Amino acid sequence: MSDITKQTLSELVNNIKEKKLSSSEVTQAFVDRSEKSKELNTYITEDFSNALDKAKKFDDNPKLDLKLPGIPMAVKDLFCTANVRTTAGSKILNNFVPTYESTVTQNIWNEGAILIGKLNCDEFAMGSSNETSFFGNVQNPIDKNLVPGGSSGGSSSAVAAQLTPITIGTDTGGSIRQPASFTGTVGLKPTYGSCSRYGIVAFASSLDQAGPMAQNVQDCALLQEVISSYDQKDSTSIDFKRNQYSKELTKDIKGKKIGIPKEYRVDGMPKEIDDLWQKGIEYAKDCGAEIIDISLPHTNYALPTYYIVAPAEASSNLARYDGVKYGFRADGENLIDMYEKTRSEGFGAEVQRRIMIGTYVLSSGYYDAYYLKAQKVRKLIKNDFDEAYKKVDAILTPSTPSSAFKIGEKTNDPVSMYLNDIFTVPVNLAGLPGISIPAGHDSKGYPLGLQIIGKAFDEQNILNIAYAMEEKINFKNKITDWWIK
Amino acid sequence: MSIDLKTIKHISKLSRISVDEKKAEKLASDLNSIFDFIEKLNELKTENVEPLTSVAETTLKLRPDEVKSKNLREQIIKNSPKDNEDYFVVPKVIE
Repeated sequence: MSDITKQTLSELVNNIKEKKLSSSEVTQAFVDRSEKSKELNTYITEDFSNALDKAKKFDDNPKLDLKLPGIPMAVKDLFCTANVRTTAGSKILNNFVPTYESTVTQNIWNEGAILIGKLNCDEFAMGSSNETSFFGNVQNPIDKNLVPGGSSGGSSSAVAAQLTPITIGTDTGGSIRQPASFTGTVGLKPTYGSCSRYGIVAFASSLDQAGPMAQNVQDCALLQEVISSYDQKDSTSIDFKRNQYSKELTKDIKGKKIGIPKEYRVDGMPKEIDDLWQKGIEYAKDCGAEIIDISLPHTNYALPTYYIVAPAEASSNLARYDGVKYGFRADGENLIDMYEKTRSEGFGAEVQRRIMIGTYVLSSGYYDAYYLKAQKVRKLIKNDFDEAYKKVDAILTPSTPSSAFKIGEKTNDPVSMYLNDIFTVPVNLAGLPGISIPAGHDSKGYPLGLQIIGKAFDEQNILNIAYAMEEKINFKNKITDWWIK
Repeated sequence: MSIDLKTIKHISKLSRISVDEKKAEKLASDLNSIFDFIEKLNELKTENVEPLTSVAETTLKLRPDEVKSKNLREQIIKNSPKDNEDYFVVPKVIE
């Protein structure tokens, strides 16, 4: 069977179940394509030969009733994988080999999937362009000069370039949805508490969530069904009734009320983004949805709030990297000197910047003015959504304020980089689910995404809306395989 | 507001990240532009707002205190940058 890597996850699963393809054939095809795609720099660690062994073992004793039977999958290098190096894109974890497996990846392997490698990301998931990775930037398969978004940039690039049928990323302020938008792929950030955080290298614990990144909504729903689970090992995991998202997926969204928040029409937003949003509204109407104007008055305060809360939590989470028990160590004259040099040489500039911001806002005399203030504003932002959801079932916005930007374009201006997450950050602060779907191209031919935000635990509803709109949009990604010689 | 070099040195000490003069100047300039942006929050009156500490409205669940992982001592020690097979080794602390 030709063009294995062009098939969707759902097609591959069916072909393996119907014995038209073996896991070995599928795994070999993705390994071969990944081998030919090194220029994109999507992988930090390849696990190809182990993957081929596992595929052969699967074929010798196939378990075809599993949800991901013998499917090869690369995952973001923020998920700890037992006995496979996990770096979080950082020099400080350059040689770290976990002794345990993250719950989310374990759920995936339990359904028959096979790890083929660990994907590049911004260092400790801090970035919007994958340029903060110790392992170098990733190229966007749309155009070699473009960033793939971040922090799950290796993941978005690998799915768009079809180096893996599907993948998982993590999203603290937009790190799944923004890269999905930049690469013409689908990315879902689930409700906080839906997917276990156990074994994910922690960035900001009250915001971090794992989620699927896929070529289409159907595949995305299937992977969400696999990764979402209640987990005793994560104290903020929530025990709620999870849907069979892929089986319950429907395009019937007639009468669903979709809110359009006026505050998302920000100053300086390119006309193309506004036009795309208008088109999205028309598509939603065509699907039978009812459009309702709403207000989320504290939207403008979301980014400043995020840049207090996230660095504060990060500065605390990253205190563990001290060069003692694992990771990189620099020599020092005494213990303190060793700590200080290790962290100075082991962390990149953006991570150091955020640790410093976090340390400052939590330091004596400033806690109330910054951290407590931010927690209060976070409450106001959540209240905005609670109010809106009295009137609507979901909210439609652009995913990002622009299409993918050029490599190097924003690296010298942290604030302009942060502004990229303006539409995604409020969703994390309120703990809600959000999905980005590709919805069109700008004049340069780069993909643009629309975001659908749901009520807490209402993943099924936003997946359904995305599924219905996807058919109307009929998006085709423009990828020419320019990197394959 | 303005974060001066003295403050940067203080935060770097608290963060256990060494900074030289050049890096301190760059950090001061970056942090000042970030805090200019953060100051926007002061436009809002929040005296009567309850702080949001977690979006997960759940009570902490208890589980039996049982050891579930195997003895991984060897693998765990192997991850350390310096060890003597039984212990992690750090620069001398007590004279």
